[in-house]
Amino acid sequence: MNQKYLIPLTAVFLLFLVAYTGVEGAGLQWFFGIVFPYVAILAFLAGFVYKVLGWASSAVPFRIPTTCGQQKSLPWIKQNTIDNPDTSTGVFLRMVLEIFLFRSLFRNTKAAFNRNASNRLSYSWEIFLWVGALAFHYSFLVVLLRHFRFFTSPVPSCIKFLEYIDGIVQLGLPGIFLSGVVLLAATLFLLARRIFDAKVTYISQAADYFPLFLIIGIAATGLSMRYFTKVDIVGIKTLTMGLVTFSPTIPEGVSGLFYGHVFLVSILFAYFPASKLMHLGGIFLSPTRNMANNTRAKRHVNPWNYDVKTHTYEEYEDHFREKMIEAGLPVDKKE
Amino acid sequence: MSDELTPNELLDKIDYGPQSKSGPESSNWMDTTASVQIRPGMYCYAAKAESVETLGLPNARPWNPLDEDWKLPDNWQEIIFQGLKERLEKFRTFKVFMDICVRCGACADKCHFFLGTGDPKNMPVLRAELLRSVYRNDFSTAAKILSKIPGGKALAGSRPMTIDVLKEWWYYFFQCTECRRCSVFCPYGIDTAEITIMAREIFNLLGLNIDWIATPVSNCFQTGNHLGIQPHAFKDMLEFFVEDLEDVTGVDCTPNFQKKGADILFITPSGDVFADPGTYTCQGYLVLFKYLKDKYGLDVTWSTYASEGGNFGFFTSHETMKRLNAKMYAEAKRLGVKWILGGECGHMWRVIHQYMDTMNGPADFLEVPKNPITGTVFENARSTKMVHITEFTADLIKHGKLELDKSRNAERIITFHDSCNTSRGMGLLDEPRYVIQNVCDNFYEMPPNTIREQTFCCGSGSGLNAGENMELRMAGALPRANALKYVHEKFGVNTLGTVCAIDRAALTTLCEYWVPDVEVYGVHELVGNALILPGEKKRTQDLRLEPLPGMELEEDEDE
Repeated sequence: MNQKYLIPLTAVFLLFLVAYTGVEGAGLQWFFGIVFPYVAILAFLAGFVYKVLGWASSAVPFRIPTTCGQQKSLPWIKQNTIDNPDTSTGVFLRMVLEIFLFRSLFRNTKAAFNRNASNRLSYSWEIFLWVGALAFHYSFLVVLLRHFRFFTSPVPSCIKFLEYIDGIVQLGLPGIFLSGVVLLAATLFLLARRIFDAKVTYISQAADYFPLFLIIGIAATGLSMRYFTKVDIVGIKTLTMGLVTFSPTIPEGVSGLFYGHVFLVSILFAYFPASKLMHLGGIFLSPTRNMANNTRAKRHVNPWNYDVKTHTYEEYEDHFREKMIEAGLPVDKKE
Repeated sequence: MSDELTPNELLDKIDYGPQSKSGPESSNWMDTTASVQIRPGMYCYAAKAESVETLGLPNARPWNPLDEDWKLPDNWQEIIFQGLKERLEKFRTFKVFMDICVRCGACADKCHFFLGTGDPKNMPVLRAELLRSVYRNDFSTAAKILSKIPGGKALAGSRPMTIDVLKEWWYYFFQCTECRRCSVFCPYGIDTAEITIMAREIFNLLGLNIDWIATPVSNCFQTGNHLGIQPHAFKDMLEFFVEDLEDVTGVDCTPNFQKKGADILFITPSGDVFADPGTYTCQGYLVLFKYLKDKYGLDVTWSTYASEGGNFGFFTSHETMKRLNAKMYAEAKRLGVKWILGGECGHMWRVIHQYMDTMNGPADFLEVPKNPITGTVFENARSTKMVHITEFTADLIKHGKLELDKSRNAERIITFHDSCNTSRGMGLLDEPRYVIQNVCDNFYEMPPNTIREQTFCCGSGSGLNAGENMELRMAGALPRANALKYVHEKFGVNTLGTVCAIDRAALTTLCEYWVPDVEVYGVHELVGNALILPGEKKRTQDLRLEPLPGMELEEDEDE
């Protein structure tokens, strides 16, 4: 155990306990069910906008995409229009593949070195990080979308359809939602990677473990409410509908487990803009991916371009004139 | 290299498991900063004061990285803070890349320096974290709030700027060649090169450049090229090549210098004029231009003023890069040429392709590049008006405008090394391959994970090709050398083709060290061998004055 994950783990436990005991012991339902969720959503929105505007306010002086394929050059040379796009359509496709399918991560390889007669460095395709990341992000998205059933009345048919698909494996009662299980499994896999892969352990900070523990905590409390310790669904919907219609009420009989769950979710929202989770917004603004590789064809303008001191030809010729004349090199001024 | 590590000793040191060498006290890498040892073989000498002065850059003084005292200005921390602040506003790349890394580790084993040294601080993510940890401390509101609550300091992962941190930065940002391989694999496209570039700009605010960069930059500014070759000497060197070429071909290939009204201005790295085997590539250019002149009347001129294609200013600061690069357009304008042709070089082409027009354009005094021989308009260079010589030559070959005798390269069993900058900062991949395959029959690719956009750096890019950091260079060269060794053993590859001047020097050292039976060739050296000049004599030698295949006996008879 080291403190890089001990502190975040303890923090998540404590946060849960604070909400649980706050509700069960001190009757602070109004704080954990109403005040803090509102504060968290505000912090999330304000922080997110602040951060994105902050990035957007920085200049993009040069067009410097990372090119991952053949450039557009001679008409008979086949260009890689997605990995080395020269048009906005190409850039759009590149970004779509990057954002929805994590294309760059899909390329991931693992290097291994064998110290033997051949001393070969070998590279193998490493798909697990990509699979784990996709599983995590998409299951989280589905879980998030499914929760809109708590914030809408009547529940829109698209949410119902999503639930139907998510519960297509009819197992147990209540029917199991794949997304929740996959979410927990994927976060546990990502956590295991951080703990057991020596390279990833080395680079990991507490700020990497904290969101993982937080999401594991959210998934675990959520799963436990659905499948094990039954909670008052009608009461919960009264509360959530109250929040979304800005007429908050605290129903009777909703257990502290629910408030713990909501508190962890609120913490995640509030923490989001202050953390690496902002890659959600940042990926759209990454200049190595969202720019076309056509700098030689179309001039890019640097908003802060300024004049610099150069060494002019005249200065050069003044310096070397005699030597140049002697060597038979042409000069502009003979004397 | 007698006092340096042998290849076997170097291989013995490689271990990709960071934990095996860090004790329990270093569970967080930030606690290991004070123990970083800048050691011989791994760092480059400090910039000479006079070179820093030539450019008017700050804090010129003699200093030594191994000394305790780096003779920094008193307010060095303030300079760093202001320097970072300014760059966060000027460069979105820098700001976004400081914020969004999730430390997934996809980049960790993509860096040639990590693969060659096993040093965990050479993982690209960690190299960037060296700087990010200070950024979070100084610029992140969130981290400042977090650090006020218990455990929040650890959660923020921040640390204050200290002299030990500065030394750690210096050591590791001069162990990055700005090759961008990590950026290919990053799910957010985070480019460590951008971060290294910013760090090096900061170093230059404090007078902390290395001499292998600062002196070439000073030479280039003052004399016209990195090597400080004066105009008359530059001309002498080319004339020396002309003599050799006359021996080989019987044709006088004398080039034009500063010829006003020529069709094309040609600019190539001065390394091609100065050092083997680049000099043979240079002779290849001379043969090609002579051919085009005699056959089609195309007039190409060289310039001793703009006699440097490379730009070590790029490894100093954006401003210095602009100052050096300005000569290209200035000279093209003065000479009144139609457009500019650029020789084989790596970072030179990243600068031309992604920076030049923005910095020193618009080049509205030039014409949209058109090959008058084939009629091809180089649409991809419509605005910058500078064409890569392999784009140019590939176009000539495609249109059947060059008479080539492949058999003169019959002994060359060749593979091609993609240069970092032209592959990941441009996408010049198939043009050089097309040229090679038209002048040489035996072409084999290295394994797919080591070529094209996944190519490995020579280990000496971005101004790190000095002599004193040979251990670092050879460690960084390992992934490239390993792939080369593979095709050498499998297909008998004896030639490593390249389109980069630093490669021609650095890969030669790499081959001597790791794969001694392979020689390095520029693509246009192979063109120069194969191209049949009008009126040439029967060639018995190649450009290296070695007997051509099947001509060994005739050589003897001649003598």
